[in-house]
Amino acid sequence: MKMQSDLGRVRGLGSAKSGSSHWWTQRVTAVANLPLGIWFIVSILSGHTASYDAVHAWLSSYFHSTMMILMIVSVAVHCTHGLQVVIEDYVHNRKAEIVSLMLIKAVAAFLSVAAIVSVLRIVFAGA
Amino acid sequence: MVEFNLPANSVVKEGKSFSAPADAKNTRSFKIYRYDPDSGDNPRTDTYDIDLDKCGPMVLDALIKIKNEIDATLTFRRSCREGICGSCAMNIDGRNTLACLKPIDDIKGEVKIYPLPHMPVVKDLVPDLSQPYAQLASIEPWLKADSPPPVGERLQSREERAQLDGLWECILCFSCSTACPSYWWNSDRYLGPAVLLQAYRWLADSRDEYTGERLDMLEDPFRLYRCHTIMNCTNTCPKGLNPALAITEIKKMIAERRA
Repeated sequence: MKMQSDLGRVRGLGSAKSGSSHWWTQRVTAVANLPLGIWFIVSILSGHTASYDAVHAWLSSYFHSTMMILMIVSVAVHCTHGLQVVIEDYVHNRKAEIVSLMLIKAVAAFLSVAAIVSVLRIVFAGA
Repeated sequence: MVEFNLPANSVVKEGKSFSAPADAKNTRSFKIYRYDPDSGDNPRTDTYDIDLDKCGPMVLDALIKIKNEIDATLTFRRSCREGICGSCAMNIDGRNTLACLKPIDDIKGEVKIYPLPHMPVVKDLVPDLSQPYAQLASIEPWLKADSPPPVGERLQSREERAQLDGLWECILCFSCSTACPSYWWNSDRYLGPAVLLQAYRWLADSRDEYTGERLDMLEDPFRLYRCHTIMNCTNTCPKGLNPALAITEIKKMIAERRA
């Protein structure tokens, strides 16, 4: 039986005094994804019939490798922040919530680091 | 994980029907949610056919007519019948609004009436609002200032007073909060649009000196940032207010003090 007052329950553990950086980062990466996404789509559309060597040379260039790594980071951060909000919204079993939050971060970290390492390998193999 | 099964007794069944008098020419059906938690029965919808020629123009007029003339067991809150008390907030024709401000003629066909969504039901159309009331109390909706009160009153310029327009008009009917999916899923921690609009009403008040403390209290992933700008609150507000904008202003204030 719960006899705690409504106000006591609503005040709960108090304010986390955080959340704004999560919210702001999601907005900033959303804005960053716009030019990065346009660059990515235009590059893929114009280069999808090119030869392996041509694409290799393209991704080895200073500008395009930088853009690619920026996009990997921005998309990974935006994706984990967004998924975190979805999980917090809908998953109300505390254990399942914590495990899934850790899981999405681990998957995003692995995939983004693997993608960055791949870009670096191409860049330095061509040097 | 996510719960897909409905709790016991949540399936709404077909209830009784009450037909209009034989001489009625202009009739309309009202399908109304009925539930008495003490009975142990499932909720049901009862249908009442009303003679509109002998009924006032608003949905609340029809509800009062039903209670007076057809079925005295129908339970609902009402008081001012002019959209200033907020008592008769309910879900009419799929939208949260005030029964006293909703003309029957605005609705095509059968008039479906349910209590405010996703709240515990006390009986029929009466939701239990103790949690949103406690949430309102938690934001301390009163003027807080350390400066000693001047002789007379704390003054405001016309421009400063204008900042409160669109905020003070809220009558706390909670149509907005109970229309918000984010409030449905996380009402135990998310304050909801009605309470956040009130929070902003005091943040926007030039006479209040506790802006920083108020923002500290609100800056929380659940209390404030569960708002995902779905905008149901603004769509449904029977007073035409914009809680979504007020919430955005709070987020902007917190962003502003960071950089």
